[in-house]
This record gives sequence, C-alpha cells and structure tokens, in this order.
Amino acid sequence: MTVTSPRPTRRPSAGSRAADLAGRLFGGGSATVFALLLVVFAWIFIINPSFAEPPSLMAFIKQAAPLVILAIGQYFVIVSGEFDLSVGSLVGAQVVIAAALLDGEESRTVPVILLMLGFGILVGLVNGLVTTLLKVQSFITTLGMMLVLYGAIRLWTGGAPTGALSEAFRQPGRGGIDMAVVRQLPYALLILIGLVIVAMAIMRSSYGRTLIATGDNERAAGFSGVRVWRVRTLAFVLSSVMATLAGILIGGYAGVTAQVGQGLEFTAITAVVLGGVVLGGGRGTVVAAMAGALTLEALFTLFNQLSMPSTIRPAVQGVIIIAAVAYAARERARPRQHAETPAESQQSSEKS
Amino acid sequence: MRRSRALLAASAAAALMLAACTTDEPADTAAPEETAAAGDEAGAEGEEEPEAEGEFFVQADYDRQLAQRDVEPEGPADQPWLQAIEPEYVDTAQYAQDGNTLCFSNASVSNPWRVTGWITMQQQVEVLRAAGEIGEFRYSDAADDDNQQITDIQAFIDAGDCNAIIISPSTTATLTPAVEAACASGVPVIVFDRGVNTDCMVTFIHPIGGYAYGADGAEFLVENLEPGSTVLALRILPGVDVLENRWAAAQEIFADSELEILGDEFTGGDGAEIKNIVTQYLQRGEVDGIWMDAGDGAVAAVEAFEDTGNDYPVMVGEDELSFMRKWQETGMTAIAPVYSNFQWRTPILAATMIWNGEQVPQEWVLPQEPITESDRDEFLDRNADMPSLHYAKFGGEDLPGYPTAWQDR
Amino acid sequence: MSRVLAVAGRGVTSRRRLGSTEIVWLALVGVLVVGAVLVAIDGHNLLSTANTRDMLTRSSLLGFVAIGQTLVILCRSLDLSVGYVMALCSLIAATTMDGDPARVPLAVAAVLVVAGLIGLGNGLIISALKVNPFIATLGVGLIIKGYLDTEYQGPAGDVPSSFQQFGYSRIGPIPVSTLVMLAVAVAAIVYLRKTRTGYHMFAVGGSADVARLSGIRTGRVIVTAHVLCSIAAGLAGLLIAARFGTGSALVYDSGYDLESIAAVVLGGTLLLGGRGGIGGTIAGVLILAVLDTVFNILEVDPFFKDVLRGVIIVAAVAIYARRQIDRKASRVRFGDGGNGGGPNGGGPNGGDDDGGGGAASLETPTGRTVQAGSPGGTDGTDQRPGAGGPLEPSVRTDGGPAAHRVHGPARHLDGMGGAR
Repeated sequence: MTVTSPRPTRRPSAGSRAADLAGRLFGGGSATVFALLLVVFAWIFIINPSFAEPPSLMAFIKQAAPLVILAIGQYFVIVSGEFDLSVGSLVGAQVVIAAALLDGEESRTVPVILLMLGFGILVGLVNGLVTTLLKVQSFITTLGMMLVLYGAIRLWTGGAPTGALSEAFRQPGRGGIDMAVVRQLPYALLILIGLVIVAMAIMRSSYGRTLIATGDNERAAGFSGVRVWRVRTLAFVLSSVMATLAGILIGGYAGVTAQVGQGLEFTAITAVVLGGVVLGGGRGTVVAAMAGALTLEALFTLFNQLSMPSTIRPAVQGVIIIAAVAYAARERARPRQHAETPAESQQSSEKS
Repeated sequence: MRRSRALLAASAAAALMLAACTTDEPADTAAPEETAAAGDEAGAEGEEEPEAEGEFFVQADYDRQLAQRDVEPEGPADQPWLQAIEPEYVDTAQYAQDGNTLCFSNASVSNPWRVTGWITMQQQVEVLRAAGEIGEFRYSDAADDDNQQITDIQAFIDAGDCNAIIISPSTTATLTPAVEAACASGVPVIVFDRGVNTDCMVTFIHPIGGYAYGADGAEFLVENLEPGSTVLALRILPGVDVLENRWAAAQEIFADSELEILGDEFTGGDGAEIKNIVTQYLQRGEVDGIWMDAGDGAVAAVEAFEDTGNDYPVMVGEDELSFMRKWQETGMTAIAPVYSNFQWRTPILAATMIWNGEQVPQEWVLPQEPITESDRDEFLDRNADMPSLHYAKFGGEDLPGYPTAWQDR
Repeated sequence: MSRVLAVAGRGVTSRRRLGSTEIVWLALVGVLVVGAVLVAIDGHNLLSTANTRDMLTRSSLLGFVAIGQTLVILCRSLDLSVGYVMALCSLIAATTMDGDPARVPLAVAAVLVVAGLIGLGNGLIISALKVNPFIATLGVGLIIKGYLDTEYQGPAGDVPSSFQQFGYSRIGPIPVSTLVMLAVAVAAIVYLRKTRTGYHMFAVGGSADVARLSGIRTGRVIVTAHVLCSIAAGLAGLLIAARFGTGSALVYDSGYDLESIAAVVLGGTLLLGGRGGIGGTIAGVLILAVLDTVFNILEVDPFFKDVLRGVIIVAAVAIYARRQIDRKASRVRFGDGGNGGGPNGGGPNGGDDDGGGGAASLETPTGRTVQAGSPGGTDGTDQRPGAGGPLEPSVRTDGGPAAHRVHGPARHLDGMGGAR
C-alpha cells in the first residue's frame, strides 16, 4: 500500500458527499443508533402518550441539550483519534467558577461567561498541546486534567461550591420564549440548533475532512500535508468549548450543586460510541454522535417511564450499550465490503 | 493450564504468608494491640448494631430515635452543641493528661454540609488553641475512601503522639476494625457523625439520627397532604447506611399512611439529575409531595415544578440556605429537617473535657430539631449574609471568626 | 513463526524492560529523597518504621489492581470494571465467610471463581463480540453496579478476625498484604517472561494483526489477560474485606479503575500495549503511595493532592515520551534514508505524527509484514529495544520508522475493536 492512503482523499470528493453521508447515516454502524432511538421513543410514546405532546418534548430537549452538546465536542476529539476524559470535570469546574464569580450579580453575567469561554479554550489548548507536542496519550493527558480541575476547583472553593448564579446566567439553560402549543420554546433548543448547524458546517469544511483523515490514518494525513498537531489541538479546544457551553446550560438548568458534571465524560463517550463513532478515529458522523446522546437520554427517560427500580438501571444500561456496540461492530463489518470498490474491499478483508 | 499454575502459585504464596504471619506476629510490637482489637471485635459482634447484616431497619432504634425527639436535652439551651439527650456519663479520669496534640481523621469534605462543619470545627480549634488547651491539631482527610481512612487512622496510631483521636467515619461498618485498633492503642477516641459497630470509644457524638431525620419529613408529608396524594422520594446514593436509615424510617411512616409513593430515585445529589427525574415524573402525572433524604439540590426539584407550570409540592428539604430561601420566596408548604451541623464543634470540646478528666456522655446524643415555617424566617435573618450552600444550624455564631470564615470559603 | 517472534520478543523485551523499569525505580528513589527532605524540614522522618509501614500499606491495595491492569494494558486493552469487581468480591468474601473462620477457603475460592468469570465475560465481549474494551468493561462495570445497588443496601457480611489479619498484621515493618501483593507481582513477572501466553501478550499488544498472522490466537490471549486482571481485582476485594471486616459496595466510588491505569502508565507501560511490565507498575504504585504518605505527613490539602497527582502523571508520561522521541529522532533519519520516505519526507510531520501503530501495520499488505518479520530484527537500525519486537518490522516496511508509537490511546482501544 502506498503511503498516501486513497481514503482520506476519497472522503471529501464533492459529488459523492451527499450519497456518502446518507450511506454513512443509514448504513454501517450508525444505523443501529437511529433504529434504537426510534424504538426507544416509540416505546415511551406507547407507555405514556402524553410524552408526545410538545411541552413534554420541549422539556426533554431542555434536559438532553447539554449531553448532546458534550457529545458533539467529544465527537471532534474521538473522530480525530483521541479521547477527552476531562469534560465532566470541566463542566463542574465551569459551573462552580460561574457561581463563585457571579455571586448573584446580574451585571457580571456577560463578563463571566466570556471568562468561562476563555478558560475553556485554555483547558482545551493545554489538553491538545500536551497530547500533540509532548506526546502524552490523550487518555492520560485528559485524565490528568480531570484530576487537576477536580482538585483545583475544590481547593479554590474549600470543597463545596460557593456563591450563586445570576438570573440572567440561568436563562439559557432554564428559560425560553413563551408561546402557544409548546408552552415554552427553550433557549436551550435554539442554542442546540445553532451548535448543531455549526458542528455540521465544521465537519463539511476542509477542517472537518482533515479531522476525519487524521483520525483515519494519521501518518497518511501527515504526509499529505496536514499539520496533525494543529488539527488535533483544535479538536480539543472545540471539545472544551462545547463542555463550557454545556456547563452554562447545565448550570442554568439546575443551578449549582457540588456534584455537577460528575461522570459526564463517560456518559458523553458512551453516547458518541453508541452513535457508531469508532474509538480510534476516522469513522462516524457528528449527527450519529448526537443521535447517540439523544438515545441515551431517551433511554433514561424510558427507564423512568417504565418505573424500573432505579438500582437496576445501570445494569440494563450496561447490557444495552454492549449489545448495541457489538451489533454495530457486526453490521459495520458487513455492508462496508459491498459498498466499496473491489480493490478496497479486498484491502479491508485483509485488514480485518 | 498456565493460568491455573500462576493462580496456584499465588494462592500458595498467600497461604504461606498467612502461615508465616501467625508465627512471626509476636515479634511485632503492634501485634498484641491488634490481637486485642480482634478480641474486642468478637465481643462487639454480639451487639445489636444492625448494619453488619445489611438490614437497615431496626425497630428498637427507630422507636428510640422517634421518642428522643420529644426529650428535653440536658445542658445549656443557647449552646445546643453541648446539650445531650438522656446522657449516661462515663468517667474519663484515666485519660486525664497534660499532652494536647489533637488528631482528626475526617472522612471527607466532599459536600457543603461537611465543608460548613469543617469550618466550624477549625474555628472552635482556633479558640481553644489560643486558650492553650489544644497544642497541635493534626488532620487527615480520606476523600471518602474507606481504605484511605483506615490507613490514616493507622498512621495516627503509629505516630504515637496523638493525645486524642477524633474520627468521623466514612462508612459505619467498614471503619470498625480501625476504630478498635485506635481504642486499643490507649489513646482516647472520639467518634462523631456516623457511628461504628463498637463501643470502645470514649464517646460517640451524634445528633438523634437518621430515623428521626427521615421521620420528620415523612410525618410532615402525611400531615399536610390529603389521603391518596402522591409522593416522590429522591435519594442520593444507595448503600450509605446513614441515608438508608432515613429512607427506612420514611417508608415505615408512609406504609401506615394513605399516601401513594410514586417511586424512589437515586440522584447522586446532582441538581440536573434531580430536575430531570422530577420533570419526568411530572410528565407522567401529578406529584403532590417530595421527600428527600438530604436537601442537596432541593431547589432544583422545586424549579422542576415551576418550569413545567405545576403547583408547588409539599416539600421536604434541609436546613441548607438555598432551599430555605426558595421556601421563603415561594411560600410553599415545606419543612427543613436538620442533621445538626453544629455537632462538628462537640468533639473538639469533648477532647478537652476528656483531657481535663471531666465526665462526658458515653453516647452523646445532640438535639436534632427540624426547622418549620414558624422559625424559618428567624434562621434566615440570622444567616442573611451567608452563602447559599451554608447550613442554618451550623452553630458557630459565637466564634470569633464569624461571619467571615464561613463567607469566604 | 510464532516461536521466532516470541523468542525475539522476549529477548528484546527483557533488555527493554530493564531500561524502562530502571527509570521508574530511579524516579521512585528520587521521589523518596525529595519526600524525605521535605518531611525532614517539617520535623518528621519519612523512613521511620511507622511511615514505611504506612507507605507499604497504601501500596498493597492499588498494587493488586495495577498488576492485573498491567496485563490487559500490555494486550492493548484496558479494564474499567476493576472497581466494581473489587466491591463485588469484597461482598462475596464477607458474606460467604459470615464470621466463620472455617469458611475462609470457600470464600476465597468463590471470589476467585466469580472474578475469573467476570474477566472471562470481559474478554469474550472484547475478543468475540468485537466491542471496544473501553465500552465493554464500562458496560460490564455498570452491570455489576446494578447488581450491587439492587442486592446490597450497605456494608454486608462479617469477616472473621483470622482473615482480618491479612489486612492488618505485619512481619516486621512489612504488612502481610504487601508481601502477598509482591508475591503476586513476582508470579506475574514470571508468567510474562516464562510462559508462552505471557509473551504473546506483548505481541498482541504490539500489533494484534501481526500477532494473529504469526499464528497467535489473539482472542485467547486477551481473554486470559482479562481473566487474570479480574482475579487480581478479586484479590484486592479480599484485601478490602480483610481491612474493612465486612464487604462494601461503595468501594466502586473510590476511583481504583482510573487510578490503577494511572499507576500502570506511571510505571512506564505503554497505554497502547506491547511494552512495559509489572516491575515498572510496582514502582508506579509505590511512587503514588510515597506521594500519599508525604502529603499526609505534610497535611497537604486533599484537593491539592489531586492537582499534584494529575500533574505528576502527565509529566511522567511526557518524560517517557520525550525519551522515545529522542531515540526515534535519530532513527527517523536513518529510516528515511532506507525507505525513501513519503512525499513529505520525515520532515516536521514525521516527528509529531508517529503514525497509528495499529492502523499502519493493519494497512500493510500481509505478505510484506510477515516477510519483514525477521529482517526487521537484523537490519542494523539501532534496534530500539521494545517489547513490541514483533510489531516493529511491520512498521518499518510501512515507510515510517516512527510509526511504532501511536499517541492516541484511542487507537489502542480500537485495536481490539477489530472494526477497521
């Protein structure tokens, strides 16, 4: 095989992009998540038809938005072949920072949000540069960042959050535009739509294609002129910025608690993988990653609607995740070979 | 094959070590203490402590705690942290000494309740240090890790220069051997907050307890809701014995009522999770009352009602200020059960009493009274300048660091 | 072929491991010295019997878990379920013993069997169902969590005092639990060096595909590693039971999963598999224990401990990586000459972009990989010692000498996912 792999160059080829997208959405590993999402939603509607009413759906969106945003951020990192374990801690840190700096003062809202974004960018830069320039595996970099953020924030606040959020700060996560039918159109939904558009635009831009190419075959991407370190560092920055936005929404949605953000990194990674995005990079779409996040949230809702005892929910969740990923791995192994040119399929059979 | 060989080797090694240990043990200076501890433990097994069985409802404890709520505590009314309910004093003359190094093994400061208490404790230490009653104050924090705390306690024992050891155990049953080892070292041991399955310590300081806490809230719901109303129970974590007691008491009371319990959910104390769960229950139908095993995130639960356009529920929170302020603001029907935060002062004072040879209650039961609508505003006025994650009954108003120590955390 | 590779792997391995392990042990000595000085300034003695005991006690629990974790990481897998396995095993041990010393052997056997079965489950999900190890073990962990939360409302069971000795007694200054942990470590070292499955683990971690092509049953190796890892976690669960005198489900919240991975990586084992060893891991565990003890004596705020730990772990890995880059830098030139390089040469990118070890070798046509197997070892290029011996040749033929190291653990995770 030549050094320049044909695949990264094939992906962006303009004409086939739409077909490619559709193929990747509904074929391969990502089909599982859409099927699962439909099944879970159908099930919820059957158990509780009132859930299909617009106000209930809006409430669902409001609570799901932060995870979807985190999944978008995590997607950028995962598709480039890395990991970001620091997002949970970062969400927690950002909410605590906001509360401490705002201390209930409305006038500080905008400066504090800007400061939070700056802090998010800084964290992403550190993650990215340590990973790419110092060659520390991102699992370790971001694990270290997770510990540092966890400790530093608590060190700063003495163990538990202090201060209070301002009303204005809480609006994006909690508020909305009052209107008929849906009762209230949450700002979170508007923000989410905005970010989804941005995310899709990023993935269609040359940066997005480079990102996938990097995750797919880092060396090949490097040889074809991609500055891998820049591409990946930017992915970490995007992830941290998304985590910051998710933090703003979560803080707005539910206020400050000591536990905020805990364990979100695993949930976000699970969501992305559930969406058929391959850990290791190069495969999967951002839309499927978001679908993964929605599926996970819908699953939690379903458990609740089923009145399942809350102690066994983790077990059911574990089974479903493993089953879905195993099924997707199988599915992915099959259709790919039909879809590709003989030469490639020959290669992939060699590969697997 | 190889696996089994490795296994065999490992287990053989383990067996060998165990065998070797018994023979070598007397050579170790610490060993006799541990044997003693083990002996004590055999004695302690007969105790009525329920936790070891994994069963979280003991009728006798429940009845006792509920009754203690109505007992007038002995001691100064303006210093509830020195009051005691039905105390049985023990003589501490044997521990009287001039040394004044105080060692404290803390489970963690991982939630606002513990942070508030820890500040109060430090302030109390400052006062006594200035008075010369306490010399060095050594502190270790196990960050909620039982094994870490066992090691921390062992380190205090090994250091050998603690004149008293205060322990706030992270889990009841698991810290028992470590506490016994501490007792066996001859140093006076003071346990507070959560208990352990032994009575070897000089004094065990705690508010009335989890059953009383759970019952306060549950009884309030039963009184304030029409028969047939629906109640949602929100709990933090499974498997924490003190929290299980609160829920066990609530279940006991709900069982005798006409209330319908919609479910009990674990929230991890995370506001977002609480809001999600409450919102989902509201989508399914009416929720008339909320019972919580701790007030963390109570405000998020209330907001779920606001955001979905539902009427306020009858609410069980805690004396955390964010909840109490929300309660005052909305005027909803609510109660704030209290797990007396001022108990963090008591062990420090107890240590100096023990050093002076003064009597202390063997089981030092502190008063634990919920805040109701009648005294809510008074507590809010008193704590007007305190941050929202502060606890109303922290009991440190007379300490010199008040109020800044609690404000600038 | 497998034999050749394995032997080569072993020869290179031991040399390499010596180097890497030495550094970690040197780091341990460094940490001890710095710690001792700091503690001395504070007026204490870090190496007093009591403090030594304290350090060793702290290391034993994490030690068990980290030994097991090393095995799976060597295979390019990882295990996030260890914390849950520990919790479950402590409960099984305590409830089976139920205060009766005669039932101790039964309880130990039960723990080992259950832990082994969980490991078997992990291994099969990863190797047969092709689920990424991260997700597989996270999922299995959730399943165990569900069981624990449903089944146990709190600490349960009663450990007889005879078995508590495992957690509390000492021979001289050394806790019995530490001795057992070290014995297990020695057993694991012997296992890795002297058994075929043992050194197959390095090969599988180096490159599953090359290993497979050279006749190693990779699935079996991975399953074995996971079984051993879970059993090690089971031993940790037994120690928990001995120390607590009861079983506790909440152990899973104590973060042993990530901490054990951190210890393994701190010990110089590559998160991408194929390189490293138990010796380094033990040093890594001891470093963390020494830090803990020093922090404790100096009464460092527990949250500051987290910050320091995070920084130290990242810094250590950065230093290991730096060493490897330096070596590689000389090899890049070397290799480029030989291979003619890619379009962009090994220029700026050759350095940062050290290729997907997994991916690169995957894309190497089968024939060449296998062919290259032996010449790779003898081609005179600086023989960078590496347990990934079997992998290196394939990488070299792939045009980029640097390709051995991937810097995304992600790929390592994917390696077993087999989806590519």
